[in-house]
Amino acid sequence: MKPVYIVGAGMTKFGRSEWSLIKLASVASLAALRHANLGDVPVDSVVVANMGAARVNRQTALGSALVDQLALYPAMAEAVENGPASGASAFKVGCQAIASGMASAVLVTGVERMRVVNGLEGTDFVASLSQPEVEYIYGVTLPSLAGMFARLFMDRFGVERKHLAMIAIKNHENGTKNPYAHIQQTVTMEGILTAPEAAVNNPPIAEPLHLFDCCPVSDGAASLVLVSEEVAAKLAGPKVRVAGIGQATDTHAVHEREDPTDLKAVRIASERAFSMAGATPRDVDVAELHDAFTILEIAESEAAGFFDRGGAHLAIERGETRLDGALPINPSGGLKAKGHPVGATGVAQLVELAWQLRGEAGERQVKGAKTAYACNFGGFGNNVVATVLRREET
Amino acid sequence: MARISELEASLRPPAMDMPLYPPKAITLASGEQMVVRQVERDEVPILLEAIYPLLWVERDFYDIVAARLFGELLAYKRYRVKDEYVLVGLIDGVLAGMVNGRLVDEKTGMSYHTLTIRRGLRVGSHLFAAKMEYHIEHCGQEEVLIVAESPIGFRRWMIEYPLEKRFEVQHELGGVPSWVLPRDTYYGAKPRLVSGRRPVAEELLRGAERIVLPREETVVRQVAGDKEETE
Repeated sequence: MKPVYIVGAGMTKFGRSEWSLIKLASVASLAALRHANLGDVPVDSVVVANMGAARVNRQTALGSALVDQLALYPAMAEAVENGPASGASAFKVGCQAIASGMASAVLVTGVERMRVVNGLEGTDFVASLSQPEVEYIYGVTLPSLAGMFARLFMDRFGVERKHLAMIAIKNHENGTKNPYAHIQQTVTMEGILTAPEAAVNNPPIAEPLHLFDCCPVSDGAASLVLVSEEVAAKLAGPKVRVAGIGQATDTHAVHEREDPTDLKAVRIASERAFSMAGATPRDVDVAELHDAFTILEIAESEAAGFFDRGGAHLAIERGETRLDGALPINPSGGLKAKGHPVGATGVAQLVELAWQLRGEAGERQVKGAKTAYACNFGGFGNNVVATVLRREET
Repeated sequence: MARISELEASLRPPAMDMPLYPPKAITLASGEQMVVRQVERDEVPILLEAIYPLLWVERDFYDIVAARLFGELLAYKRYRVKDEYVLVGLIDGVLAGMVNGRLVDEKTGMSYHTLTIRRGLRVGSHLFAAKMEYHIEHCGQEEVLIVAESPIGFRRWMIEYPLEKRFEVQHELGGVPSWVLPRDTYYGAKPRLVSGRRPVAEELLRGAERIVLPREETVVRQVAGDKEETE
């Protein structure tokens, strides 16, 4: 398999956008292409990640549309839909194209514009990823699945609401350092948990999860430029190598899992990614996890191997996952503060890590980061893509 | 002079005795303290200044809420509306939002508008709750007539409390079929939705004596989000 390098990364500010879907994708793509500065190297493949455009924006064939918008003909083009893991899946497809020798330069862009519908419709659109006959039909939504998961997980491992609040506080603080983050607002333990007013400030969404345990619904796009070793050698700037990618699946319905608190797909995808990279979780300097709900940052960090089962919330208490901790998690603000335009999320995680490894993350830069890990969590853990990136010294 | 005063008097609606809203302090999610207090007529001009840039913000129906509120505040200042009151939320003295309404009679109140400038901290939710608190607890009214002019308002008031339909009554805001918050429903919702501490610490109160306006571009950015740059 041939090596794959990330040489360009860009994104739009996440939030609520008036731009069209393709404009969002184009702006992020142009930012990544400018960052890559490919010169006369043509982009020979375009992969677009998206989950809901067919339903929410009445638009399909996004790969062709983006190629046309950017005049990248006759590049190969396709769109990838894999629920909330669409972004990392599209990235995997782009990597495969280069690793196989089919392409030398690939543009991978994730995009979602979901604020065009109201919250109820948006929640229903995302819920369509659940098992149709035993979950969706009974009104299951992602917040309700996460609520049930959180209750079980907290009961089993002694996690308390204060630990969830610590994650929200950390990620909101990181978000204020990220100009692309949807939410630029710090929150405090008093304001969301301990003050009498916290009951109003932070109302229940799906107990035990409250408002500040849930990510916002966002519009946005993120983009990466991937190239072969030969092309990378011609380009200036730090090189970020795709060291490992792992993907794994689990049962569609959460209740069919032997232990619903065991995120088996995260564990296996991570093992595969680390194995391919020849690395271990201890080698990781910075991680982006899929914290659509605060409980998921805890559970994923354990399943990925960073902490023992039942140990993540204790590490959070010790401040280990803060920007200045031993393993900073979600320096971008995570989905919690950066936002969650579903199809763009997996790409945006890797954009953040590429910037971190290149030393371009500004105020939220993790000093000396050389190895990075991302977990893009699809479905409710039934399709997960894990990625390990490594900075290569030139 | 007397003829003018007499004419002016005849132009003014009759007025009831209205209690003052006792100020309260609320800890927001950010940890900041928001003081909620009633404003006097002479403070209306500064509120109009805050509202003015929002007259052209279409997002979330700010334009119509701002335009109607502008007129309602002028009517309050110029004595052309019956028994109106205005409450503001101030964070370190800076205007975070405002609400208004009026008393229809001793038993019934009418909610007018809720306008949030500092978004994302449930400021509007707190201020709307303060407004209901004023009608039910301080004015001793039995019910408040309410409509929403935006989907956000509908979710916040009609669904969260929840309100009851009183569709045979046309609300003053456009003749929209009215909803109502009865006293019992208010007390049922109070633990979830009404908060704040009294008395307010002297220092906090002093900081909220004068209304400070955020800069115009700050107001618009907080309300409508960052302007997207074209590439």
